Parts: sequence; structure tokens; C-alpha cells
Amino acid sequence: MPIIRAEGLTKTYRVTQKQDGLLGAFKGLYRREYKEVRAVGDVSFSIEPGEMVAFLGPNGAGKTTTLKMLSGLIYPTSGSAEVLGFVPWRRDDAFRRQFSLVMGQKNQLWWPPPAADSFQLHREIYSLPKADFDRTLAELTELLGVEKLTRQAVRELSLGERMKMELIAALLHQPRLLLLDEPTIGLDVVAQVAIQKCLRDYHARRGVTMLLTSHYMRDIEALCDRVLVITHGTLVYDGPLSGITGMFGLSKLVRLQFAEGIPDDVDRFGEVTRREGPTVDLKVERSKVAEVLAAILDLHAVDDVSVTDPPLEQTIARVFQEGRPTHDAA
Amino acid sequence: MTPPDMELQTASVAPSNVLPVDVFDEPVPRRTPGRGPLSTGRKYSNIFRASLKERMAYRGDFLLGTILRFLPMVTTILLWRAVYAGSGQPIQAGFDYSEMIAYLLLVHISRMFSSMPNLAGGIARDIREGTLKRYLIQPFDMIGYLISYRVAHKVAYIVTSALPYGLLFFLCRGYFQTFPDATTFAAYMLSLVLAFLVGFFFEVCVGMVGFWFLEVTSLLYIVMTLNFFISGQMLPLDLLPEPWVTILKWLPFQYMAYFPAVVFLGKVTGMELVRGLLAEAAWAVGFMILGRFLYRLGLRRYSAFGG
Repeated sequence: MPIIRAEGLTKTYRVTQKQDGLLGAFKGLYRREYKEVRAVGDVSFSIEPGEMVAFLGPNGAGKTTTLKMLSGLIYPTSGSAEVLGFVPWRRDDAFRRQFSLVMGQKNQLWWPPPAADSFQLHREIYSLPKADFDRTLAELTELLGVEKLTRQAVRELSLGERMKMELIAALLHQPRLLLLDEPTIGLDVVAQVAIQKCLRDYHARRGVTMLLTSHYMRDIEALCDRVLVITHGTLVYDGPLSGITGMFGLSKLVRLQFAEGIPDDVDRFGEVTRREGPTVDLKVERSKVAEVLAAILDLHAVDDVSVTDPPLEQTIARVFQEGRPTHDAA
Repeated sequence: MTPPDMELQTASVAPSNVLPVDVFDEPVPRRTPGRGPLSTGRKYSNIFRASLKERMAYRGDFLLGTILRFLPMVTTILLWRAVYAGSGQPIQAGFDYSEMIAYLLLVHISRMFSSMPNLAGGIARDIREGTLKRYLIQPFDMIGYLISYRVAHKVAYIVTSALPYGLLFFLCRGYFQTFPDATTFAAYMLSLVLAFLVGFFFEVCVGMVGFWFLEVTSLLYIVMTLNFFISGQMLPLDLLPEPWVTILKWLPFQYMAYFPAVVFLGKVTGMELVRGLLAEAAWAVGFMILGRFLYRLGLRRYSAFGG
């Protein structure tokens, strides 16, 4: 039996249209105009217990809205969902005891004093037996390497440390389902990797089902085998990660700033996507990046260089709007 | 406002690379979730205990605040002395001079139970900033949590201010002509507990308005200012002209200040006292039901609009 089953989930928000100017503001007092915005449209998928699935898509694609529906924060305009055998937006206690939602930008540790106090409160909220609680807490703090930090005031912790505390709080009641919304947003690479590692280890040991949203390809590569790609509120791909890594990962963006102007023959190293002053963006095949960089650095004086993935938004738009891919596993 | 047990950590925080082998090996049997009123009661009483611990950390702050709160009392005493002396009447609306001062002292006790700093504002903020989510995702009830927290807050407050209050009432003992008998005192205690409930659920209702309006600060300001007057905090309601006295005695606000004070002074007795306590309880229940209703209605709206 799937742990999450979503069928035709659709969410339409009604947004107040602000009118311009002072007169408009007065008009808005007695008559408002609304615009319907479709955040998620007809999304269907199902997830089996123990899977680690990524929701991939540009900002505003509907990832968070879908997670909010699955965790029962909002209810859909139409469609249905069953999570852990419950209708999420009925918010049964038995349902709420079995999952956790972690939002990268929002926190749940709400007391200014140390995280340890918040963990105690979680113990009360979930009515956890003390022995279980103590053991799980010890395991988690050790796993994340934060034993020394739980007694420190939360506001004195770095963003990465705070995220680790959030994760501990989310796992204390040993949920069967973990929903993560941008768990690594704003974190430096070291902290990002630490969070990924924790999630991976936890998954390996407990087999907890995870659904995470991210717009970092790195998170997804590190964690998930299966990917749901959503754009403009529509599910455009559901299948193994390997099915799309090709499309996403073929090329890298190499940005070079030359000391003595852009050489004329720069386009023999890769496709030039942008040219501005002494700076040029080259699209280079992933496997050839090292080779190309070495060649350029050998021949020219370069002030600055960076290698990045092409922006996910563009890639998704390109991949999924030119040739609409098929749903592999739908 | 530095937490007392704050320690500076200088140790490096490198994540441990070596995982203990047995970290998650042993599957923990799924607990049967706590059910029934007994376990629910225990949950909220535990929340109460945790909150109490937190509140007691700030006792120094409380002590100072309590003392400062009574400074204006000196002015009030002098003012009323002048009023009584100037009017040439020893009794105003049934209150003689020392009863008046006793009343104004007792109103502080009423407010100790019924005032709810930051309750409505906190609810509105939770709604506005989305922190309301925690009550929706985690298996506990917002109002249940808030009342546990508030009771803890009040207990801590009353315990810590017992000393300064005791001292003040000892100094002002001359204004109290008689001490109420046991029955009156029991009724007084009951009226205070009910004052807490009326105050709590009234503010919960006000806070719920946050579901419909983004900004409630000015509304809160109006309500609080008005409440200061119509609850009888400033002066006994009996001093007002008709029909105001009758109207205000029909409204729930008097139970947050006026009513307990006049019960203590023995001005409400017999059937009138029973009727008053029943009405106070009815208002508490009424606001409780209204608060629940607004919460449910608000959540429906919240869940439809955003979250």
C-alpha cells in the first residue's frame, strides 16, 4: 500500500488584486477584485514506503504548495490525497504523530532558550516515553555531531547548526514519513553535505519514507533515486533520477574573466552563451571541463573563473517545454 | 535578558564522521498513541510544568516589575483623599474613603488573574507570520497549549509577587475594616479563578480576529483601553451615572476587575452573589465556545487561502 497517494491534486488561490494609486486603495476598501492563481494543477503520484523521492522544480512551481497539502496545512481546491492512510487535512492526531514537516526557511524551535528545552517540549507534545526519548536524542545528536550545542541558546547557533536542531526535533518522535521543504536552503556547502549525510544515514537505518523539495540538483543527486519534476504547477516528469541527469547534467557553465580581453577564438572551447566586457560564459560538456580549463589557463591570463550548473529554471524550461517527456513510472 | 544557563561554547563543531554502528539498528516498537482524557490531561500538565520552569527563570524581573506597578498607587491614594475631603461627603456611591482605597488595591488582585499580556496579540502574530503551522502539524491543540502555558505563567507570577503584594497589603491594612468570613473568601477565590477564565477566553476570541484582518494592533489597543475603564479598574462601576451602571453590569468585562473586588469587600451577598458567580461562569463558557468556533472557522479560511 502506498504511503502517499495523490490524485488530481489541484490548488487555486484567490489573490486580491491591488489597484494602483490612492483612489484605487479607497476603491479596494469596499470592492475588491480577485484573481485566481493556480498553484498546483492536477498532480497525481504515489510513493511506496521507504522511498526517497525528490520534488524538483524552479521557485514558485508548486512544490511547497503540494507539500502543504500532503501535510494537511491547506486543503486542495479539488483532487484527493491519502497519506499514511489518512486524509491529511483532517489532521487526526494519529496522523500527526507519524510524520514531520521540516521547512528550511521556517523553524519549529520556538523558545529562545536552548534547543534542549524545545526537545523536552516535543517530548510532551508527542507523549514520548522518557527512555525512548533520551535514547533517540542521544543517537541523533551524535549522528549530527551537535552534542555540545543543545544547551546553547538557539539564536546563538549558526544557520547550519540550527537546521541540525530542526532535524533532530523533527525526528525525535520517529516519524514514518518525513517531508522536507528546502532543507538546505541558505546553507554553506559543508553544512549542506552534513545535512544530506544525516538524511541518508537515517534513511539507510530506519527506512523512513522521505519526500523532499529542493532546487539544488546536488541535494537530489545525493539523496534520491526517484524524481518528480514540477513546473508551473504541473507534474512533467516522474521517474528515476538517471532518466533526467542526462538532460540536466550534460553541461556546465564556465565563467571566465580574462585579464587582456576575450580572445577571438574563445568559441572553440565551448558554446558562448554570454559576453560582457572581459567576462564570457561558456557552456562546456561536463566531462571536458577540466581539459578545457587547463587549455585556456595555459594560453591566456585569466583573472577569475567559476564553474556552475546552468540554472535549473532554464534547464527545466528547456527540457520540458521543447520536447514533452513521457511519464516513466506514472 | 540573558538566559541564566547560557554557556559559551568554544569547542569545534565538526560533524562526526564515524557513525556508531548501532545507532538506528534496533527498530523501536511503535507506541500506541496516548488516548483518552487522562493521557491528554497528562500531556498538558507536562507542558504546564515545562512552562513553569521557564517562567521561574525570570523571577528577578518579576519582582522589580511588581514593585514598580504599585508606585502609581501612592498618587491614587492622595487623589481620592482630596476627592473625599473636597466633596464633604464621607460616602460616594456606597464606598467610604477606606473602602475606595481597598477597592483600588483589590482591583490589582483581580487583574493579576484576568489580565493576559500578549495573548491576543500572540495569536494574531502566529496567524500572520505562519507560526500557527506548528499547531496544525504537531499533535496538540493551540488553545489547550496556550491555557497550560498561561496557567503556568500566572502561577509563577502569583508566587513571585506574593512577597511584595503581602508587604503592600500589610502596609495598607488600615484601609481594610474587616476581613471576609470563610464563605465570602471562598466565593472570592472562585470569582478570581473564573476571572482568569473569562479573561483568557475573551482574549482568545479577540486574537482569532487575526484570521480575518492582517493587522490587529489598533483593535487590541482600543479593546484594552476600553476594558481598563468598563471593567472597573479605574473606579468602581457604581460611581457612574445610570444607565451605564446597569449596562456595564450586564457585560462580561466587570468580571475581570470589579466583581471579585466587591465580593471581597462583602458588597455582594446571598442570592446576588450566587447569581453573579453563575453569570461569570456562563461568560467564561460562552467565550470558550465562541473562541473554539472562531478558531475552527478561521482555520478553514486559513487552510483555503494559504498557510
